[in-house]
Amino acid sequence: MLLIECPWCGPRDEQEFGYGGEAHIVRPADPHALDDAAWGEYLFMRTNRKGAHRERWVHSEGCRRWFNVVRDTVSHEILAVYRVGEAPPAAGRRGE
Amino acid sequence: MAEQHGRQSALAGLGLDAQARISTRGAGEAGVRLGERPWRAQLALRGDPESEAFLTGVESVLGVAPPTAPLTVSSRRGVACLWLGPDEWLVTLPDRREPRAIARLEERLAGLHFAVNDVSHARTVLGLAGPRAREVLMKGCALDLHPRSFGPGRCAQSSLARCHVLLHQLDAEPAYDLYVHRSFAEYAWRWLCDAAAEHGLAIVAD
Repeated sequence: MLLIECPWCGPRDEQEFGYGGEAHIVRPADPHALDDAAWGEYLFMRTNRKGAHRERWVHSEGCRRWFNVVRDTVSHEILAVYRVGEAPPAAGRRGE
Repeated sequence: MAEQHGRQSALAGLGLDAQARISTRGAGEAGVRLGERPWRAQLALRGDPESEAFLTGVESVLGVAPPTAPLTVSSRRGVACLWLGPDEWLVTLPDRREPRAIARLEERLAGLHFAVNDVSHARTVLGLAGPRAREVLMKGCALDLHPRSFGPGRCAQSSLARCHVLLHQLDAEPAYDLYVHRSFAEYAWRWLCDAAAEHGLAIVAD
């Protein structure tokens, strides 16, 4: 069980949260201009990183806000939490 | 507005008034007192917490400004404003005050980015109080309710025994208001009765 620090509500039990997959995936500005391969790349392909992973969580039982978490996918250690719109902290860029 | 005659509280089927009459004898020494506190008018309020015009506009109508600090409540004269999110609050008022409050908010905040909706029927309020009330909540809620991190004037949304709950601590006894969705009210009530039994439970009328 993880203890996740919501940027607004503070540390809360993992059960209060929902998981939203990898963060910082930008929707193409003009999807019609893409071929199937490029669209599939955007839609389905994820980095599946071993180590520090930037991902989205939502505090669904609490303040219902989305935010970003940097989590180590090996140890589950949460390295950083930051709000949507904020730049990812250095920990999340490790291994890029 | 719809006619309101014949309305029933969420726990009307449990005969709580009769239970309260029977159990009042033991209320003094009970570790926990539990009662439904129905008919609180509730408004879902959204707006920009950075907008001074929004905050002062709400305060001029309700007498309380929406709190901008997370997990806090501002209250005055029967009106309370509970923080739900950075741009979202639950306003509670005495029964039947909501139509006028909505009309005045809409008039006062006209032109600003805001939303106000009557959600009085979505939730009922369970009043849980007594020297052992916190121990009861601890059985089903992962929040840290110790006085060092939670106290009077604080609120939080979480889950209590898998049931979504908005918790508001009223005083240091401790006394809490638990806002539960109407369809979960009977489940939450029965769970609380079971959890409180070992501490000596008194059912009280509103």
